[in-house]
Amino acid sequence: MKKFAKIDKERLLLGIAAPVLAVVAAFVVTSLVLLATGKEPFQAFQIMASYGLKSDSQVYILNKATTYYLAGLAVAIGFRMNLFNIGVDGQYRLAAFFAAVVGGMVNLPGILEIPLIVIVSMLVGAMWAGIAGLLKVTRGVSEVIATIMLNSIATAIIAYLLQPGMLANLNSNTNSVQTTLLPKSGWFFTLTPNPAAGPIEGFIVVALLAGVGYWFVLSRTRFGFDLRTVGQSESAAEASGVNVKRMIVTSMLISGAVAGLVGMPALLNEAHQYSTEFPTGIGFTGIAVALLGRNHPVGIAIGALLWGFLDRTSNWLEFNGYDKEIVGVIQGVIVLSVVIAYEVVRRYGVGRQQRRVGEQLAAAARAQGQQQEVAA
Amino acid sequence: MHALVGENGAGKSTLMKILYGMQKPDEGTIAVDGEQVTFHDPGDAIARGIGMVHQHFMLADNLTVLENVVLGSEKLHGIGDRARAKILEISDAYGLGVRPDVLVEALGVADRQRVEILKVLYRGARTLILDEPTAVLVPQEVDALFDNLRGLKAEGLTVIFISHKLGEVLSVADEITVIRRGTTVGSADPASTSTKQLAELMVGSELPSPETRESTVTTVPMLRVEGLRLMAPDADGVDRTVLDDIGFTIHKGEVLGLAGVEGNGQAELVEAIIGMRDPDAGVITLDGADISHAPTRTRRESGIGYIPEDRHRHGLLLEAPLWENRILGHVTEKPNSRGALLDPAAARRDTERIVEAYDVRTPGIEVTAASLSGGNQQKLIVGREMSHHPKLLIAAHPTRGVDVGAQAQIWDQIREARREGLAVLLISADLDELIGLSDTLRVMYRGRLVADADPATITPEELGSAMTGASAGHLTHAGGESARLSGGLSGGLSGGEDR
Repeated sequence: MKKFAKIDKERLLLGIAAPVLAVVAAFVVTSLVLLATGKEPFQAFQIMASYGLKSDSQVYILNKATTYYLAGLAVAIGFRMNLFNIGVDGQYRLAAFFAAVVGGMVNLPGILEIPLIVIVSMLVGAMWAGIAGLLKVTRGVSEVIATIMLNSIATAIIAYLLQPGMLANLNSNTNSVQTTLLPKSGWFFTLTPNPAAGPIEGFIVVALLAGVGYWFVLSRTRFGFDLRTVGQSESAAEASGVNVKRMIVTSMLISGAVAGLVGMPALLNEAHQYSTEFPTGIGFTGIAVALLGRNHPVGIAIGALLWGFLDRTSNWLEFNGYDKEIVGVIQGVIVLSVVIAYEVVRRYGVGRQQRRVGEQLAAAARAQGQQQEVAA
Repeated sequence: MHALVGENGAGKSTLMKILYGMQKPDEGTIAVDGEQVTFHDPGDAIARGIGMVHQHFMLADNLTVLENVVLGSEKLHGIGDRARAKILEISDAYGLGVRPDVLVEALGVADRQRVEILKVLYRGARTLILDEPTAVLVPQEVDALFDNLRGLKAEGLTVIFISHKLGEVLSVADEITVIRRGTTVGSADPASTSTKQLAELMVGSELPSPETRESTVTTVPMLRVEGLRLMAPDADGVDRTVLDDIGFTIHKGEVLGLAGVEGNGQAELVEAIIGMRDPDAGVITLDGADISHAPTRTRRESGIGYIPEDRHRHGLLLEAPLWENRILGHVTEKPNSRGALLDPAAARRDTERIVEAYDVRTPGIEVTAASLSGGNQQKLIVGREMSHHPKLLIAAHPTRGVDVGAQAQIWDQIREARREGLAVLLISADLDELIGLSDTLRVMYRGRLVADADPATITPEELGSAMTGASAGHLTHAGGESARLSGGLSGGLSGGEDR
């Protein structure tokens, strides 16, 4: 048993090695960029660290990370299937928009209002992603292309419907266009352990539950095993009895449903309406976060927190005379490094394990040979 | 002509890759014509007059023979008449009989191999390396190949011949080197060595035989296939019939062996039975239940075990640990799951049991499947499939790429399960294995079952001639003559039922 434990520990080390390597590489590259622009890098990192650890920053980071985590999960479900759902972005925006419209139209007690909004959002997200899944299995359209197109279509649909007289109203004070404000019963709860730092959005609980659900379904259920099997080898999955086409559609539906949750913190906890100011581009952040977290529920959480941290500190950097774009550089380099480091570490791990297995078996064979010689 | 023999995984291919510059040695030297050389890439090796004919042909189907030969060496003799003249000159000199203007897709396996050899000679090779050249050929084609090789030798060329088929090696080689576990364990003189001695040198122990002693065939049909037809699009997208009017019955306790040159529909037949392809016509009945269009999972659950031809593509998740591979294909069955939930603890325990019982050499069940050798991967697959007590086992090349020790084990397991009433559909390119294990033999040619034979009397040569389409119907042993036609064409086809 000892041997197995050792190999397991190694796998864990190798698993952590890739993201750590990536973050370190990102900091090195960023330092070089800062030096090239004539700024002192270590001071910048120090500013980021001290500001990022303040209590109000911590709350801000947690709230941001909640959204990023859900986006990361949505993308990761696709990744585990070898599907690249670039469309999380369009899915969550369209989903949140329709959820906001439906939520604004009815006024139910919270126990019904909130589930209604969330379910509408998940259904719309699932439907939008499902189109890409259906196109892939019936017409062989790459889900990458389909979801990129669907993102644009979602943008256009929202722009068309988000007009006064369509499904939105004009606010004459701010001159912005928005859906009807949700009734109070549709506002999600917040946690305020430290009033000075501001409220923590209650949707963090939903995000955590989603993370646990993701882990449980993938690693503890038959369905999850089938899903992972398709991701690892479509041909082996088919031979083992998985209906690959159905699985592609199902996993796109699930990915889209989780994408439907991405806009919920902003809708239920922050704005309570969909307006032209509704956050965009989170789907793409989700891709970066899922890559960084290696599709692991805990890894994605770390990635989401890191992204929240970088978001928070970029403004403060600007305040201190640095270019806030430097944070964009860090984020970009982290993603690139993760992809590279992941592959390097994976290859190293596979090669190393093959060698070790070979060595152990050879050693066992030698030991046996010696025994035979002694016996003879 | 120098032969290099050793069991699978002994290091033959690695050695050849080093000689051809595809891999670098850590230590040691290579000398060509007494001169020490180092190869950085295949280009260096070609410049030294070394040419390699790979086991899997590297030809472009949609080009002509001429185009394939000049491809990459247009500078030598151009691409026109000069090249054609040169090709014909080489072809005539060595009796290869190559026609330069035929499309490669129109050629059979043996002809393609001759094109590969010509390609190498065209580039000026004086030393030819042939990696398992006979693996894809039927016995008659093997003889023709050996005639060609003797011709090359007579012209002063050197041929290095890699094989694990000992009979061939002894008949054709002038010198034999045996390697085992990566080192030379001896050399042999073919004139004074027997197959048995060579085999013992090769494996370090006695050679097993696939022979089955007593018959366990019952009269209870387990798998019945009737009028099965399957269309599939070819490379140009045109639908072609790949299986036509296939009919046979396998009874409990019977091993039905299917002979045929690869690509004549065996793979498609297997996929139709396991449910990966949906037949266009015909009925497949398993143990009385019609499964013609049932999904793969249902078929698996109702008792079809499957040892796939390509274990990496269809049998394993290479990057997953062994215990997850134990679940693969049987996720809905005990001990792998309870209801909709997996039972990893039970699956792990059962994997330990399989590793123990089927002698899978591994340091543990948490290592990935990719880190095991081919033979041990295969033992794991056999163990997994047998653990669910199948009613029907589809064994496609069950011992391909497996060392001799594991081969004997797999044969034993098939035999034992057969005694307990298992029906087996056996597909193999190894005719000795096929004849030795089967109770009934069928020959497949161009998507049809064209002949049947009694494994007790048939010889590999006779079977081989039916595999090339040269004979059909019921094959009987004809004492030295090749197989002859007896009975009507279809008379032999439905023979399964009237046993």
